[in-house]
Amino acid sequence: MVDSKHQWKAWLYLSPAIVLLLIFTVWPIINTIRMAFLEGYDSLSAVNGTTFSFGFGNFIKVVQYKQFLTCLKNTALLCVTTVPISTLLALLIAVCLNAIKPLQKLLQTIFFLPYVTNSIAIGMVFAAMFNIVGNAHGTENEIIVTAGIINNVIEFFGGTHINWINAGSTYWANMTVMIVYIVWNALPFKILVLLGGLQSINKQYYDAAKVDGTSRRRVFTRITVPLLSPMLAYVVITGFIGGFKEYTSIVGIFDETMGPPDDKGRLNTMVGFIYDALETSKQGRASAAALILFGIILVITLINLQVSKKKVHY
Amino acid sequence: MADVIMHERNIQLVSARQRIMKIAVLVALYIFLIAMAITVLFPFYWMINSSLKTLEEYRLSIPTFWPRQVMLSNYVDAFNTANLGRLFLNTMYVGIVSTLLSLVITVLCAFAFARLEFKGKNTLFAALLATMMIPGELFTITNYQTVNSFGWMNTYTVLIVPFLVSVFYIYLLRQNFMQIPNELYLAAKVDGTSDIKYLWKVMIPLALPTLISITILKMMGAWNSYIWPRLVANDDAHKLITNGLRGASFMDTTTNEPHIPQQMAAVALVSIPLFLVFIFLRKYIMKGVSRSGIKG
Repeated sequence: MVDSKHQWKAWLYLSPAIVLLLIFTVWPIINTIRMAFLEGYDSLSAVNGTTFSFGFGNFIKVVQYKQFLTCLKNTALLCVTTVPISTLLALLIAVCLNAIKPLQKLLQTIFFLPYVTNSIAIGMVFAAMFNIVGNAHGTENEIIVTAGIINNVIEFFGGTHINWINAGSTYWANMTVMIVYIVWNALPFKILVLLGGLQSINKQYYDAAKVDGTSRRRVFTRITVPLLSPMLAYVVITGFIGGFKEYTSIVGIFDETMGPPDDKGRLNTMVGFIYDALETSKQGRASAAALILFGIILVITLINLQVSKKKVHY
Repeated sequence: MADVIMHERNIQLVSARQRIMKIAVLVALYIFLIAMAITVLFPFYWMINSSLKTLEEYRLSIPTFWPRQVMLSNYVDAFNTANLGRLFLNTMYVGIVSTLLSLVITVLCAFAFARLEFKGKNTLFAALLATMMIPGELFTITNYQTVNSFGWMNTYTVLIVPFLVSVFYIYLLRQNFMQIPNELYLAAKVDGTSDIKYLWKVMIPLALPTLISITILKMMGAWNSYIWPRLVANDDAHKLITNGLRGASFMDTTTNEPHIPQQMAAVALVSIPLFLVFIFLRKYIMKGVSRSGIKG
């Protein structure tokens, strides 16, 4: 029985959350969709009484905008490289961790450390590691004092130093740095989830395989991976969602210019594009881009769920 | 008889070979894991190493792996240059106030969803969960206008209020509350205990691990938040730590070059509180994180 006194009390307890959600979650959804479909909407003109007609203009403008395509390309590229690399590496580390006893706790803690960092702060450390120290301003007769620890290591093994992030660096050098940093950053969460999954697999499966004399590889592909598949699907989906929202790790390494000093904005991402549009007060365009981002995330999640429905064993 | 002995010897041989294989695999595992662990730790080591060097030593073409002259003064300089004291206070204030308010709101909301009956409960809960799908950037665009029209720009309010409600935390706590047997609640009702007293005396102590997880994640969120604070509170009085760190410029006055050791010292100062929290509350962090899939 639901009595009315209880009803009243429930809504009282819910009220602070609901009021805040209405203002900062529900209204933004409605308003962002509204602004996205009003041609060339910007809030400054809106305040002055300008009216905007309904249409798909913002979406068309966003898609035709060269900057947007760069952002989309960068974001997609970072996603399709970092998600598989970090997932495979995390799987490998988790399986190895699960196979050892001494030092397991210590190593597990070490592998989790990158999670409890500030992605901007540690990005600055990576920038210093890949940096070329000295008067490297891209001039003809530049003097390189030292080439940064990563380049020092490359030179130690007989290679030549690479201009990773400074003026005059190539797009692929920049991308490599970003991939290394994002993978480093993404590992802890994936290892944590996958190791948790491995530890919950019933030992009886492995005992049965041992009795049958099954090879290691077969045990891995026929027992470990299938039983781990829900966790794998989970880290891949969250990895893609996080990847499409990549922004702060790039700010950490390249600062707000989102690229080397001589080619600003080269590494900009979808989220960066939205904020750029917002800061220039082009809310219509920003809203359209945000809806496109939402659409992409939705599609990727649905595809992932569809694939895992076929492949995941619960 | 001889046959049996031969057979036993064979078994011994096989098991010896198996043992060697096992040890070889184990050694390979340890080598791989330790190599990976060193790779993971290297940036932290390099941060500390660089932060203690003089600029001259940092710029040597053959790097030193431990500073010849330990420059603790870099930390003092970094603290003053980046105005870290003020940034620490701002961030702590925002973190603590928003955590406390958020906990109250989350507990009340989760309690209503877990224990009370009201019309449309399941629909409302499903609608809440659905909003978790939407990327935060979509909200930011309108929220920026909203806080602007409220006149909240460059205040603490703007850093606290818009993020007080997290559907994920409500979900997490509701799941935890639901595990507490309903009989306890009904017994308390019979005894005439008020809801609030029951919440305080029974539910909150039982759900304490979840509440601690939420507190840590929320504090880490304030510590790491960058995009929203930069957008709405970029003045010196309200700037938060990450934003201040990224914006600070560490220049060597004589060479007019970036003073990387000082910058690394500032980065270390910002990172150390997170490490301390991690060391003391590792269990709660790892538990909270494995269920959330979100950073900060």
